[in-house]
Amino acid sequence: MTLTRTRETTATHRAVVSPYWTFRRRDNLVGYLFIAPQLVGSVLFVLLPLGLVLWYSLHEWNVLAGTFQFTGGDNYTKLLNDPKLGEVLGGTAMFSVGLVVLNLSLALVLAILLNQRLRGTTFFRTLFFSPVVVSLVAWTIVWRFLLQADGGVNGLLGAVGVDGPNWLRGETTAMVSVVVVQVLKNVGLNMVLFLAALQGVPSQLHEAARVDGAGVWTRFVRITVPLISPTILLTSIITVVGSLQVFAQIAVLTQGGPGLSTTVLIYYLYQQAFQFHHFGYGATLSALLFAIVAALTFAQWRMRRKWVFHES
Amino acid sequence: MKPTRTLAALAMAALLTVTACGGGQTPAEQGPQPLRMTIWTSNEAHLKLFNEIAAEYKKTHPDVGAITFDSIPFESYTTTLTTQIAGGNAPDLAWVLENSAPDFVSSGALAPLKGELGKAQGYELADLTPAATKLWEQDGELYAYPFSTSPFGIFVNDDLVKKAGQKTPRELIEAGEWTWDNAVAMNAAVAKEGKAGLIVRDFDYKSWDNLASIWGGWGARAWSEDGKTCGFNSPEMLEAMTFLHKAIFVDKALPGPGTTVDFFAGDAAMTITQISRASLLDGAKFGWDLVPLPAGPKGDYAVIGQAGLGALKKSPNAAQAIDFLAFFTNPANSAKLAAYFPPPRASQLTTETLAKSNPLLKPEQLKEVVIDGIAKAVVKPSHIGQAELSQTVRAELDPLWKADADVKAVLDGVCAKIQPMIGA
Repeated sequence: MTLTRTRETTATHRAVVSPYWTFRRRDNLVGYLFIAPQLVGSVLFVLLPLGLVLWYSLHEWNVLAGTFQFTGGDNYTKLLNDPKLGEVLGGTAMFSVGLVVLNLSLALVLAILLNQRLRGTTFFRTLFFSPVVVSLVAWTIVWRFLLQADGGVNGLLGAVGVDGPNWLRGETTAMVSVVVVQVLKNVGLNMVLFLAALQGVPSQLHEAARVDGAGVWTRFVRITVPLISPTILLTSIITVVGSLQVFAQIAVLTQGGPGLSTTVLIYYLYQQAFQFHHFGYGATLSALLFAIVAALTFAQWRMRRKWVFHES
Repeated sequence: MKPTRTLAALAMAALLTVTACGGGQTPAEQGPQPLRMTIWTSNEAHLKLFNEIAAEYKKTHPDVGAITFDSIPFESYTTTLTTQIAGGNAPDLAWVLENSAPDFVSSGALAPLKGELGKAQGYELADLTPAATKLWEQDGELYAYPFSTSPFGIFVNDDLVKKAGQKTPRELIEAGEWTWDNAVAMNAAVAKEGKAGLIVRDFDYKSWDNLASIWGGWGARAWSEDGKTCGFNSPEMLEAMTFLHKAIFVDKALPGPGTTVDFFAGDAAMTITQISRASLLDGAKFGWDLVPLPAGPKGDYAVIGQAGLGALKKSPNAAQAIDFLAFFTNPANSAKLAAYFPPPRASQLTTETLAKSNPLLKPEQLKEVVIDGIAKAVVKPSHIGQAELSQTVRAELDPLWKADADVKAVLDGVCAKIQPMIGA
């Protein structure tokens, strides 16, 4: 009897002292179960492919012959000695800078213009946003026809007596064309984000500044810009990352030409991997692209403390 | 269990679930196996004929499941095919275009065919002309059946030519004056009237290998026969490209870069293309003719484009695929396919056989362009690593397509870039 009681007491004591499924553990498990679908998706479709790309970059993979050989750092040595890479990176930088500057400034100007209480504002907001929802390839194909030597753009220029260039065949004009087509496609998205931010700027601040004698420009620089700076940060990160992933437009409009002028990094890696069958080297270029995107995003994130309001 | 271990277990379970979907059954255990062939055509008439041949094969081969013909757009054909192979979704049979023939043949991706085709009853392997099989052979073994051997010819819109006050190419042929000089003059005259002159179909100032149909007249080649020496800076190529540059930018005999004109809609005087495009002229509202390529300074010449049909060595149904290939291309079916794809069989390269299946073309057109053409033709340029070479040449040739281009400097530039890629 005494023995039994002692056992019960010990069991009760254990249950009280260290139950495995504590409230905290159970809570954690439920939490993990909730995020499990997303986590499994991320592991399978983001982390695993990312790891595989790095793994492939250490190999020479001949798809046709079906061979897959470990080559160590050979692909990275090839990357450093690739005679075309400098030109490709230069083109990529030019494309990204052009795109980001044009996209953000145009989006901000449009947002400011459409932030007025005037008749027809809604129509213009819809008009500028509508390309965002249009199919990317359809949009680009239409522009390819418009930009031909005898296309719509030169037809319009001809009507006002200007002899337009062969847009997609000149090195500079091809780059300008690709940037403009891409900006017109996506500027509506940044415009909407800026518009929402502008509407969040309290009008009292503007009024107070006006009473103090501040002009339009001073109010814009001293009040509007600091208050919408978190949105500027967001849109610039999205646009910079997006600019490095522009592929379909290049494939449809120029196929990287003339010469290598519009061969941006992502198009070059597509050519290497899928057209020239250098899958290992293509994976190496992917790793480079990943590093560039990560570095740029990190730099922007670090710099936010210097200029983004509420972030210091 | 620690959270990290839980996560790792979850990830592993998910992975195992995905990989388990691959299954491990052998073909015999799974019953009738389907066969899939990738092709570039999506033409309904072509597909109808393929499906009829496949249905006939299945009557005697109940062990074969569905036979499907998977159309892939021409522009991205090889890229899509290799991506399918890389992704573990290789077809059982595939068309291979001539420009990627050396890559496919030399890599060992295709199964050898000679033994099986030689054994097939009534196949008559010896009937295949050596000129047609050359591109698909390595060390005496055949790796693909030369499914289509299609010469380049010129389709002419006789109405536009006559309207411009010119003699028709047919009349020039009869007078023995069908030369490139006269062809350019004729197209320049049509262009002056407002319509376009000559279109090199599929070239679009990018797919430069189609220009072989022009520079062949000067005896020029992209590279030497053994593929080791660049031919772009040869005197013949310089002469041919200077002629072409002048025809485009001075005579305006060819529409310039960045313009789209459709010959088959009646908007241009002539187009250089392969005879399989004749089907686009069914119901044409203008008088047309098909003539051989004009003579160049080196005399008459012909250029052919080819497509081979091979079985993927890695396919689990490779043996069945080769058996179907033998049936698909046997003499009887080859005669049917000749309606669209000029056959590699000597016995079928006759005006009678071709006329039966090409009602749109006259016997003399078939003789001049197809039969005589195949006999003397060179194949469009192809090389191991063609895609990269092709892209490099395209990028280097881009500066040529401007009115003030220095032709020699551009051509020297091409060789400077590609010689290190092809040299031994």
